[in-house]
Amino acid sequence: MAEQTASGYIQHHLQNLTFGKLPSGDWGFAHTAEQAKEMGFWAFHVDTLGWSVVLGLVFILIFRMAAKRATSGQPGGLQNFVEVMIEFVDGSVKDTFHGRNKLIAPLALTIFVWIFLMNLMDLIPVDFLPVLAQKITGNEHVFFRVVPTTDPNATLGMALSVFALIIFYSIKVKGIGGFVGELTLHPFGSKNIVVQALLIPVNFLLEFVTLVAKPISLALRLFGNMYAGELIFILIAVMFGSGMFLLSALGIALNWAWAVFHILIITLQAFIFMMLTIVYLSMAHEDNH
Amino acid sequence: MNINATLIGQAVAFFIFVMFCMKFVWPPVITALQERQKKIAEGLDAASRAARDLELAQEKAGQQLREAKAQAAEIIEQAKKRGTQIVDEAREQARVEADRVKAQAQAEIEQEINSVKDALRAQVGALAVGGAEKILGVSIDQNAHAELVSKLAAEI
Repeated sequence: MAEQTASGYIQHHLQNLTFGKLPSGDWGFAHTAEQAKEMGFWAFHVDTLGWSVVLGLVFILIFRMAAKRATSGQPGGLQNFVEVMIEFVDGSVKDTFHGRNKLIAPLALTIFVWIFLMNLMDLIPVDFLPVLAQKITGNEHVFFRVVPTTDPNATLGMALSVFALIIFYSIKVKGIGGFVGELTLHPFGSKNIVVQALLIPVNFLLEFVTLVAKPISLALRLFGNMYAGELIFILIAVMFGSGMFLLSALGIALNWAWAVFHILIITLQAFIFMMLTIVYLSMAHEDNH
Repeated sequence: MNINATLIGQAVAFFIFVMFCMKFVWPPVITALQERQKKIAEGLDAASRAARDLELAQEKAGQQLREAKAQAAEIIEQAKKRGTQIVDEAREQARVEADRVKAQAQAEIEQEINSVKDALRAQVGALAVGGAEKILGVSIDQNAHAELVSKLAAEI
């Protein structure tokens, strides 16, 4: 790392381990950022997918373990923890969503815990896992990003799933006509049919942007917060790389301070993603727009 | 930073985790929570009911105790009364018996005295007659002097 420039270090940290079709025609890992870019759409960020699946499994297994031993008698420590989480999510859902839907609450729980765990990876020192990966693979230049939520693909993947659910429930509750009407007859309406026909494109433009803004803002809010947070951790880590004692000491203090503040951010972002998902789905269930 | 098929993979993983959570995590925990809520509600109900029962039982016990005390006092009172009555009766009976025995004894004594007196009179008569015979030297006709003799005997 000593021979690396600061910008090279930062760029290396912001590059995913990408698996896709190489220019030679074979499938394999990209060795440079340019190669990863050339792979186009049909490429996978193996680190993002790997960590998100591992963390999802951590969530699933811990909660399943508690659920299997769930008793209505005296709960143990793990069950207590799981119950607190579930009651918290259940309360949030019941406050906002007044319909009857078996999916919303488990969906909200999964979003909250999963995103929280993925965000939590940000608190691991930035070089720790990448260096470990470099040592294991024996490749000094292997790319490895450990925080899945700093990859817009991960946040967009979830936001688009939520978007699909919004559209699904909108159509299911209001019917296709109702859904289309919601998109075209608001906010401007008129009794006169000709005027109404003229207003439809305007309404559609407004409502469509509103609709599409939901998943985009959902994805980009989480991504932006986590990306910025990670970038600051990386910049602080560059201070260690300077080799100057004073700068390194300052870096340690800054790293600690930012990590403490970041605990708040990662929890808040997970909570916001969950709450907005509930709100959007509850809006999709409401007929009177 | 490229947008690529990772987002599809992420969406699929998301879908699977949500499904698993919905099928295997959420229902057992929520059921346990609801059951516990019901249990606690029932427990509190039972506790308040038991407290009310206890109050009633205490009241009842107190009342029974008071009744028992009153009854005991009554029984003691009756027993005392009956005791005095028995003593009185016994005393009365004893007195009557004593009187009866005394009267009988007196009657017997009277009878004895009378019979002794009669015997004595007869003997005195006989003695007097004997004495007179001896003095007169003749026999006195018993029949002729019977009246005199008996008069004499009666005077003794």
